[in-house]
Amino acid sequence: MFAQDTISAIATGMSEGGIGVVRISGPDSLRIGEALFRPRKGAALGSRAHRTAVYGVVWDARGQQAVDEAIAIYMPAPHSYTGEAVVELQCHGSPLALRKVLSLTLQAGARLAEPGEFTLRAFLNGRIDLVQAEAVMNVIQAKSERALRVAVQQQQGGLSAKVKQLAAELRATIVQLEAVIDYPEEDIEELPAAEAMAVASRVAAQIRVLLAGAKDGRVMREGLRTVLVGQPNVGKSTLLNALLEQERAIVSDIPGTTRDTLEEVLTVKGIPLLLVDTAGIRETGDAVEKIGVERSRRQVAQADLIVLLLDGSQALSEEDRALFEQVKDRPLIVVLNKADLASKIDPAVFAGEQQPIPVVRLSAKTGAGLDALTEAIVTLAVGSGGLQAEEGELVGSVRQEGHLQQAEASLASALAAHAAGLPLDCLIIDLRACLESLGKITGDNASDDILAEIFARFCIGK
Amino acid sequence: MITHYDVIVVGAGHAGCEAALAAARLGANTLMLTLSLDNIALMPCNPAIGGPAKGHLVCEIDALGGEMGLAADAAAIQMRLLNTGKGPAVHALRAQADKNLYQRLMKKTMENQDNLKVKQTVVDRLLVKDQAVIGVETETGDTFMAPNVILATGTYLKGRIVFGKVDYVGGPNGLRSAERLSASLVEAGVKLLRFKTGTPARVDRRTIDFTKMAIQPGDEAGHAFSFLTERRIKEQTPCWLTYTTRETKEIIEANLADSPMFNGSIEGIGPRYCPSIESKIVRFADKEQHQVFVEPEGLDTNEMYIQGMSTSLSAEVQRRFLRTIPGLERVEIMRPGYAIEYDCLDPMQLQPSLEHKSIKGLFSAGQANGTSGYEEAAAQGLMAGINAVQSLRGQEPFILSRSDAYIGVLIDDLVTKGTNEPYRMMTSRAEYRLLLRQDNADLRLTEKGRQLGLVTDERYARFLAKKQLLEETTAALKQYFVGANQEAQEKMAAIGTAPLRTGTSLFDLLRRQDVSYEALAAAFDLPEVPLAVREQLEITAKYEGYIAKQRQAVEKMLRLEEKRLPEDLPYENLSELSQEAREKLAMVRPRSLGQASRISGVTPADVQVLFIYLEQRRRKGGEANVSGDSR
Repeated sequence: MFAQDTISAIATGMSEGGIGVVRISGPDSLRIGEALFRPRKGAALGSRAHRTAVYGVVWDARGQQAVDEAIAIYMPAPHSYTGEAVVELQCHGSPLALRKVLSLTLQAGARLAEPGEFTLRAFLNGRIDLVQAEAVMNVIQAKSERALRVAVQQQQGGLSAKVKQLAAELRATIVQLEAVIDYPEEDIEELPAAEAMAVASRVAAQIRVLLAGAKDGRVMREGLRTVLVGQPNVGKSTLLNALLEQERAIVSDIPGTTRDTLEEVLTVKGIPLLLVDTAGIRETGDAVEKIGVERSRRQVAQADLIVLLLDGSQALSEEDRALFEQVKDRPLIVVLNKADLASKIDPAVFAGEQQPIPVVRLSAKTGAGLDALTEAIVTLAVGSGGLQAEEGELVGSVRQEGHLQQAEASLASALAAHAAGLPLDCLIIDLRACLESLGKITGDNASDDILAEIFARFCIGK
Repeated sequence: MITHYDVIVVGAGHAGCEAALAAARLGANTLMLTLSLDNIALMPCNPAIGGPAKGHLVCEIDALGGEMGLAADAAAIQMRLLNTGKGPAVHALRAQADKNLYQRLMKKTMENQDNLKVKQTVVDRLLVKDQAVIGVETETGDTFMAPNVILATGTYLKGRIVFGKVDYVGGPNGLRSAERLSASLVEAGVKLLRFKTGTPARVDRRTIDFTKMAIQPGDEAGHAFSFLTERRIKEQTPCWLTYTTRETKEIIEANLADSPMFNGSIEGIGPRYCPSIESKIVRFADKEQHQVFVEPEGLDTNEMYIQGMSTSLSAEVQRRFLRTIPGLERVEIMRPGYAIEYDCLDPMQLQPSLEHKSIKGLFSAGQANGTSGYEEAAAQGLMAGINAVQSLRGQEPFILSRSDAYIGVLIDDLVTKGTNEPYRMMTSRAEYRLLLRQDNADLRLTEKGRQLGLVTDERYARFLAKKQLLEETTAALKQYFVGANQEAQEKMAAIGTAPLRTGTSLFDLLRRQDVSYEALAAAFDLPEVPLAVREQLEITAKYEGYIAKQRQAVEKMLRLEEKRLPEDLPYENLSELSQEAREKLAMVRPRSLGQASRISGVTPADVQVLFIYLEQRRRKGGEANVSGDSR
């Protein structure tokens, strides 16, 4: 736990338009920093003058995709905040990009820092004097409590339920294996290793699905799927163009996408958006139009975010109401276009039942109010806290992703070992490691549960 | 009459015997007191020693110079290595023991041990002065003085036997119980729990029809618990397997109201892993039949133990339900089964040395600490005996970590987490199972036993010889390089393994799951080595990756384990700790940061806070003994 390994974390809270710092501290920090960060020009980070700012780009694990532009600073021990070798990556992207950078440091071998661990290391290395020790202890306890609150909040979500289900399946398998090992002569049905491995393989596949579907990861790879809906001629194309215009510098086309619907990729405040324009959604008898409408429905179903565009200068039509009814339970922003004309719609009619639905007034034609829309998009994308999200929330999902990756790696190891002919006692080491990782997401204590379940499930004893 | 000793052991069961032997062998003037000299090392329940995790404990006791392994080998009438198909970590030796022979052997050992006196009496009072033990007082009015007393009271503290309408105060097998000692312990500030356990009937071998049962023979591999026992195949006495029937279930169900465990007349907490047949039938109502093992209690007796049928129903109901089991239709009960309730100490009040936290010199071991099983008892007895002497000599307690031994796991669990039922050792409780194997117990612990002074010259010399042979053979295999030539490929074919792709060392070849040392020896003309050495070679080669994985985990754990926590830490005043952590830490008073981290309710943040607090104290430098590392 203490000062042996290399840790990383987001060292600053995020503020809008500000800079976020990912700090890597420990003996491996330079290697990890150099693995992700490439200077625009000149020598690698470690060969530069120490403690100077180097401009460059953070690349993803395979070096194929730029994640964010960044300034990197290398501080060899003991000339850093923690007193250890430190690399700081100052990113100017979104919270999502920051998370991605953090997640890359973990893939490169860092461990996610415990709450307050930088400060702890600073203290242990004599960078913080004795008088401050109590403050350090308080910081750690406070940060830990906040992280716990966030973890509890995140547990309400669907991921936790899914992980619990996978953990239960795996635990049932381990329990059966362990029960036979500890009670070899009881008449407990013996689970052949091959069957246990079939479960492992199934759970691993589902973990991979979770990882692929993890919103942050997917959003960073593919963009936040933002679907524009509204009646024809309400100004969807104009809005799209206005957004593209605003962010012109970083617009790119996706090569090879089928342009049944119009798709554009743009980055808003560091969050990649996959913007999808749809044909209207309305009941129709026309066969050709029906296909288009069907397609639009599917787009809406797959959307991460829906922007409902209405003509603010007209009263709400029956069709507008029907459209609103269809999308109101999804992540939604209502945009009242033509704000340059007199408004005929009262935003209060969109009051959501569960959560407030943001309503933005803008003029696609003049560009007035576009900023409010991008802000609303970012807020919905990053979560309730928006750009002011607490550190714990930012890190929470990275932590979960890390645990999922470890869980998957443990299962892969078990499967490989089984293929190589290794016996159950080795395979169980990996299966239990996987369960530990899953338990860290759901907050369950894996080993205590195993014993309890052995006794609950099997009739064992003399 | 008043006499003085260094160590007094109360009880002569499996814990008491190991405790007394360890103390005496380490040179302490030791007295062992028992209710009955005829019942030293009594096995009041099943006639078997070992099995998963328990066999591991026996091998560890042996490596540290304890007695149980030797006695179990000598008294074995059947040996089986269990779990052979499941990997080396969980291979487990189990012996059916001739109970009477086991007792006679142990009695002889105890009576002939230098520095040890054995006496029959009932201890009534623990004598404590200024929070330190000074001796014990017996029912005859004798006082024995000693600065260390080890309680190994088994199920005898306020023992109560119950089955059917029979309900009396006493110990197992018609023995007496210790009625007054409990009150004296409570008076001294000891917290007691009340547990219960049970045992099945013993029946007359001549009334069993074995043709209706499946025979359960031993195996011929010739394994032994003790490093010193010459491996040999003895004549094996079989056990027998049969099953309960629908009628068994019906009779038990019809009589549940008379079961003391169900009608509320027993309040003690019983173990989940060792349920009575009535609990099994209630809890697993849809299970059609239950296994029944019929095991010999010894070679010179017709008593047979009916494993799986522990009960507290009346003798008449026991007779009726046993007779519904195939092979037992005409069975005669010789001793009925019964439940026993007893007082034991809450192990949370103990230090990892098994010494009481607030009463100096008071140690406890075995069922007295809320465990179950002969092996668990013996392991604690050994450790309590060792630590009583360490304390006497003013030396640091001898503590095994969770990565050293099952003994370490057992004691750490007891003193850190406590137990709310009789605690049984299981391999799944050990997180570093692949490191804690039976086959390497000697390599793990003999040096430690030697340092303590419990390992004899003979054992140590043989151990060093084995270790040297192991090292030399390993080095030879690593240096023996085979090219991927025609001759080598023919040898691969003869061994029955895949051809070589590149040249390789013989040690790397041994990593293959289908290559044994014997096969290599035949193909490459290597010297023959004993089974124990071959086993080590193969396991180290084949499981190296996983062994390394567990070692890494251990290293991480040990960093925290080596950070010692001073006993006088004012947890109550450390406002930076969470409320729950403050309470738990103040109660457990862990010995190390590692132990603290395992207490439920203590978070990683609390551990960090403690760490900083320690560092702060160290820098202030005022106090002695605050420095972090234990070594």
